[in-house]
Amino acid sequence: MSISAVLQQPLKPFIKIAKEGVSKDDAVSLFKALSLPILGLAIFLLLWQVAAQNIVTSLGNFPGPGEVYNQASNLVEEHRVEREAVQKKYERQRERNEKKLAKNPDAQVKWREYKSRITFFDQIGTSLITVLCGFILASLIAIPIGIVIGLSASSYQAINPIIQILKPVSPLAWLPLVTMVVSAVYVSDDPAFSKSFIVSMITVSLCCLWPTMINTAVGVAGVSQDLLNVSKVLRLNWFTHVKKIVLPSAIPLMFTGLRLSLGIAWMVLIAAEMLAQNPGLGKFVWDEFQNGSSNSLGRIMVAILVIGFIGFILDRLMLMLQKIVNWDKNAVVR
Amino acid sequence: MNFLELTKVDMEFPTPKGTFKALDCVDLNIAEGEFVSLIGHSGCGKSTVLNIVAGLYEATKGGVILEGKEVNEPGPERAVVFQNHSLLPWLTAYQNVELAVNTVFSKTKSKAEIKDWIEHNLELVHMSHAMHKRPDEISGGMKQRVGIARALAMQPKVLLMDEPFGALDALTRAHLQDSVMEIQNKLGNTIIMITHDVDEAVLLSDRIVMMTNGPAATIGEILKVELERPRDRLALADNPEYNHYRSEVLRFLYEKQRKVEPISSAKKESGDKESKVA
Repeated sequence: MSISAVLQQPLKPFIKIAKEGVSKDDAVSLFKALSLPILGLAIFLLLWQVAAQNIVTSLGNFPGPGEVYNQASNLVEEHRVEREAVQKKYERQRERNEKKLAKNPDAQVKWREYKSRITFFDQIGTSLITVLCGFILASLIAIPIGIVIGLSASSYQAINPIIQILKPVSPLAWLPLVTMVVSAVYVSDDPAFSKSFIVSMITVSLCCLWPTMINTAVGVAGVSQDLLNVSKVLRLNWFTHVKKIVLPSAIPLMFTGLRLSLGIAWMVLIAAEMLAQNPGLGKFVWDEFQNGSSNSLGRIMVAILVIGFIGFILDRLMLMLQKIVNWDKNAVVR
Repeated sequence: MNFLELTKVDMEFPTPKGTFKALDCVDLNIAEGEFVSLIGHSGCGKSTVLNIVAGLYEATKGGVILEGKEVNEPGPERAVVFQNHSLLPWLTAYQNVELAVNTVFSKTKSKAEIKDWIEHNLELVHMSHAMHKRPDEISGGMKQRVGIARALAMQPKVLLMDEPFGALDALTRAHLQDSVMEIQNKLGNTIIMITHDVDEAVLLSDRIVMMTNGPAATIGEILKVELERPRDRLALADNPEYNHYRSEVLRFLYEKQRKVEPISSAKKESGDKESKVA
């Protein structure tokens, strides 16, 4: 399946309708496909609104849907204003310098860089970069180890207890250790990455290693005996054996692991950012909580919805990648 | 000196209930270019014999010598056609054969020669038209054809076939049997084939090796089939010689080695078989 085919898949019913017009069956199924989720959403919003009105905190009422909508527009507006302000600063600098140069072509002019304050959208970006770096680092460690322990039962027995003990550890427990180690080891006058980024990334990696490692190992260990016999008769060398026989068989389970890992990575990230003060969504939530203005709860709620939505998108992206990479195009992946 | 010698092969499998003796003193000599079938009731250790020749199992006692060299590991000079084709589902027919050809001939053939050789072997089994299809896109018979092409492409000294047509319907099976006869006629391969099918054994073989029932199975009788080649299944249907061979094998299987077992012990045996696999 090509990439474009994968991308088009969710839109298939609409493409069909666009091409062939609406038949009666299509209309019914389209109506169901649209109306049921909308109905569910409506009931949810209603219950939320009712509940919100009845929960009173020291910062005012719990934010209902309307309040959250307002805060979301505020955040967008803040972002726009901030970017415009920076833009204006640059324009003024350019005008100033041009005037200077017009008077005296040899004049020394200064070109300053202006940084905008970090907005909600910058924080989303930081979070995404951090989670992806942490996830990729974890995959680079977990997949090779998974392959090794999947291929050799003895190494699996040796490593399994360690995996089982480290797997359920909460990110919050790792964080102090990671912070101290990073502070001690990562010393540089001009660091390419901030310490808080490194700390969050490593914490994310430590927590999301395990599902990928275990599922890869299970997938690798589950290669059918027939195919192993084929490999023996062909006397494939270790590398070809892994590349041609083991990895393709293990791919479906490997992706199951990767998807679980990415989900965990995203959850862990928010907690890690709160404590490590990495300027992402976790820090946003924490700052709003400390801020304690009447808008804070609404803004936190916006962040929660954004976190959920991004988590969903990340999972869908992994699913798409799985469909592209998987050799079994008939496999049902969901 | 014989081309392939099995000398006093014993095979024991450890099971939780003690050792299970599958084979007892199997002696067999096979000449170059000969087509030998192994026939016997299920569970009599036919596959074990084949796996020992393939090198996938190591005999507890005795051994296998091929062209003066002892067999102690699997290798492409003893290519196997597996019962359930065992093609890699993520590779096309061409790529499946290519994997075999690349591992065997990467040093001796150029890229162009390798390509020709793969296509030639797919042509031999009449699969040129579908060589870029993956196993899930072709029928069971076609998969087995590709499996045969893969084995042939390794240019094995001995071709080992483990119930190659067992999973196919009768018509497809007949087609494939004809193909195998045609190929063997052309290339003169030495072939050992396991089968359950009496007609298949008589039609294809130069010799039929009939095995006694397990445990501790061994060779009961060997029947020489002296029908002229090329053989034609239609012409042979009314041939008295052919029918004589047929009844010889049937008599061995259903009179001399009649298998009457209570269901409970049959169950036990299948349990043993499973533990062998594990």
